[in-house]
Amino acid sequence: MQNSPQSPIIEASKLTKQFGAFTAVDAISFEVERGEIFGFLGANGAGKTTAMRMLTGLSRPTSGQARVAGIDVAAHPEKVKQRIGYMSQKFSLYEDLTVMENIRFYGGIYGLPRKQARQAGSQLIEQLGMEAFARKQVSGIPLGWRQKLSFSIALLHQPDVVFLDEPTGGVDPVTRRQFWEMIYQAAETGTTVFVTTHYMDEAEYCGRVSIMVDGQIAALDTPDRLKSEFQAANMHEVFLQLTRPKP
Amino acid sequence: MRAIPYIVQKEFLQIFRHRIMLPLIFVMPVLQLLVLSFAADYEVDNLRLHINDLDRSQASRQLVGHFQASPHFTLTGNGAGGAGQIHRGEADLLLEIPLGFNRSLAKGNRAEVQVAADAINGVQAGLAQAYANAIVQSFSRQFSGPTRGLLSIETANWYNPGQDYQTFMVPGILVILVTLVGMFLSGMNIVKEKEIGTIEQINVSPIGKGAFIVGKLLPFWLIGMAELSIGLIAGRLVFGLPLAGSLAIIFVFAGLYLFVVLGFGLLISTFTETQQQAMFLAWFFLIIFILMSGLFTPIESMPPWAQALTKGNPVAYFVDVMRLVLLKGSGWQDVQPHFGVMAVYAGAVNTLAVLNYQKTN
Amino acid sequence: MIKPLLVFIRKEAFHILRDRRTLIILLGMPAVLVLLFGFAISNEIREAGFAVLDQARNEPSRQLTDRFRASPYFTMQEGVQTQAAMEAAFRKGSLKLALVIPPGYGEPPVSLQLVTDATDPNTATTLSNYASAIIRQEWAGRATGQQASALVEVKPLMLYNRELKSVFLFVPGVMTVILMLVSAMMTSIAITREKELGTMEVLLVSPLPPALIIVGKVIPYILLALANTGVILWLGTAVFDMPMRGSYLLLWASALLFVGTALSLGILISTRTSSQQVAMLFSLMVLMLPTILLSGFIFPIASMPLPLQVISNAIPAKWFIIILKDIMLKGGGLSLIWQESLILLGMTTFFIALSVRSFKTRLA
Repeated sequence: MQNSPQSPIIEASKLTKQFGAFTAVDAISFEVERGEIFGFLGANGAGKTTAMRMLTGLSRPTSGQARVAGIDVAAHPEKVKQRIGYMSQKFSLYEDLTVMENIRFYGGIYGLPRKQARQAGSQLIEQLGMEAFARKQVSGIPLGWRQKLSFSIALLHQPDVVFLDEPTGGVDPVTRRQFWEMIYQAAETGTTVFVTTHYMDEAEYCGRVSIMVDGQIAALDTPDRLKSEFQAANMHEVFLQLTRPKP
Repeated sequence: MRAIPYIVQKEFLQIFRHRIMLPLIFVMPVLQLLVLSFAADYEVDNLRLHINDLDRSQASRQLVGHFQASPHFTLTGNGAGGAGQIHRGEADLLLEIPLGFNRSLAKGNRAEVQVAADAINGVQAGLAQAYANAIVQSFSRQFSGPTRGLLSIETANWYNPGQDYQTFMVPGILVILVTLVGMFLSGMNIVKEKEIGTIEQINVSPIGKGAFIVGKLLPFWLIGMAELSIGLIAGRLVFGLPLAGSLAIIFVFAGLYLFVVLGFGLLISTFTETQQQAMFLAWFFLIIFILMSGLFTPIESMPPWAQALTKGNPVAYFVDVMRLVLLKGSGWQDVQPHFGVMAVYAGAVNTLAVLNYQKTN
Repeated sequence: MIKPLLVFIRKEAFHILRDRRTLIILLGMPAVLVLLFGFAISNEIREAGFAVLDQARNEPSRQLTDRFRASPYFTMQEGVQTQAAMEAAFRKGSLKLALVIPPGYGEPPVSLQLVTDATDPNTATTLSNYASAIIRQEWAGRATGQQASALVEVKPLMLYNRELKSVFLFVPGVMTVILMLVSAMMTSIAITREKELGTMEVLLVSPLPPALIIVGKVIPYILLALANTGVILWLGTAVFDMPMRGSYLLLWASALLFVGTALSLGILISTRTSSQQVAMLFSLMVLMLPTILLSGFIFPIASMPLPLQVISNAIPAKWFIIILKDIMLKGGGLSLIWQESLILLGMTTFFIALSVRSFKTRLA
């Protein structure tokens, strides 16, 4: 029951999560196409992370359905996990392990054969230009490098979709730029990128953008069309118009 | 299942990344074993004795001589003022020989001496009184009793003819040390990943829950077994720990037992949110387990309800098996029930740990 | 300076209060320990497994056996009647003492043999004493008209603790262990936790001086420790009749002093480590076990070899236990405990000085 290349890689229909009386995600529906860079925007507490956790199988939806790579996430969370990569908001690397040890470990738990994991590891380090850090503990390397490394590790097992939760938070502009170049590279090789961000300039880089307000999707389209629809000069204004309290 | 070696490798790297962990896990416990086994001794020597000899006769001086010859007592003074010494904590025991002691004995009448002990430490006081009793009895034997020569009772102390207290304590303390290290390392493990946030990264990976728990368990299991081996060697070299039974039984049982302890630790780890919480929960159970294990006080002296409780205490089983096999040479058949209970326990605790570890919430 | 400190204390108190599970354990543990020691743990042996290998099988041997049956100290294992059965029972651990009655028992001179399981020498000694007493009683009854007991009697007098109750030992002991646990272990881990999570740096750049941050962190633990002291004291005196002959004021002051010593130890540990696991293992190995075993709580210090007796002087718990006993049982005042208090005070100063020094070198 694999989906055909034409069908969407992520399908959410009426996806809902309630914590007691509070509805964090309120029946959202959307689709993401294969190879797309999909921006997932929203103010703090709008429900972005909760929605993403449901898509990755970390959190069980209260109601509604999510399919990733054609698999029902709630029904087969472990199957989905083979097909996705994830980079969490918190540190996803072990600070007390070296760069190489982190790569080897994550390669291992995704079932990469030892030889392949080692090759992928050295290749990855070379690509990132991290040779100087390879034998250093992660706690001792700069944040920007760590984030690039986390991303590469999330791609190590060549997933269909990679979920990035605020990957560039607290990173300097130059590194952010480099990070986005990596995202484009991944998308070019056919990996779908699902990314949440705070930075509105980054929203411009996305193929399509959804903006969440109070648990619902308030707008979803390409950045250009959103800008013309809201008659705004940039995404920042679009965002402000949507999230500003209604009079 | 292929992922297990990677988890094991990662855990080892993390445990020993802190340089101090190696000595903390392997050297400190052995040191503790040596120190504590010497400390855990109920035999009391050099009790400080104050004598108030009011009689000052030949018989009384003879009795004082008996006390002086005993290794259990050290004389701190003779004369009045013993009560003050006890109050200030300068003496443990006061012996008073009354006026007319010699005269009573010479007439063949009964005589009395008084022994006053600082009994705040009840155990020590009880022993002190028993020692004093024995000395007085042996002194009085020369004045003959009715059963003298007619009745003789001989005691054979099996398995430990020298009544060596250390051979009794060493196996038990070793159990405690192995348990402490295993329980705390495993108990704080998963919860540490929760606290730092790396657990999310594991949870989005396709790794199976069982494989994850096994991968987490194995490193501590190996550490526990290594710890036990080092402890046994140290006990053998320093205390001449006897090995009456088969070492294989000890190690097979220890292997099973460690699965119980580590599974328990991981269970705690899946229940808690912070390492602090995990540690206190582990402490709570451990201290009850240790106190109710029969290590320091015999299980036989507990009330029936408490004895029933010890049936659910894994530490009690291991302490018992260690003593039975090492000191008495008990065989497979003798400790079969212990194995049965441990196997059930190991299965239950680890199943619970796997079930309670949620990748999706 | 006072206001930010209060804010800080409140934050720390919230941490503790919000964590219900830990709180329940911290408040429940002292109660459980006192109850366990009071009701479950004792050295008095009753109903020990006992067997008779009766090779005489006559009237006197049956009389002697019946006397053992009636004793509360022994439970007769009727099935064990041969040498082989006896050995098996010993190996299984169900038998503690066996009496061997030789053939033709009954006419003096009589010689009997007691076989003990001496793996636990204390139990063995105690049981063989009980058994000897029973045998002597039997024979004293048979030696008609003669005076049975020895000529010289020992009249024991147990000062301060007439019934040799263990409560006098375990109440001070449990109190010491709990205070050490809450004050030293808990604080060292709480501080290391902030280091591990990176929040310590945030606090250190705040306008509060570092010393005040630490003070703010430890005050809630002091309150918790004192609450525990209260619970143990109440249980000990109300449920187990532990006397309280001295001044409560002095007792609380001493508890506060010891909490100070333990806290300074906890702080010292946290300045030297950066991982909670290291702090925990270190506290465990260096603080808890010696506190339990070398302080005189469970094993009398007098029975330790000399080097250990010397080491025990460096264990703060030893001095606190002495102070507690002096105040509660002897009703002693400051004149009796000033030396021990001074030692604790000295230790506290020493630990704080060490912490300050390693804190400074870390920042430099």
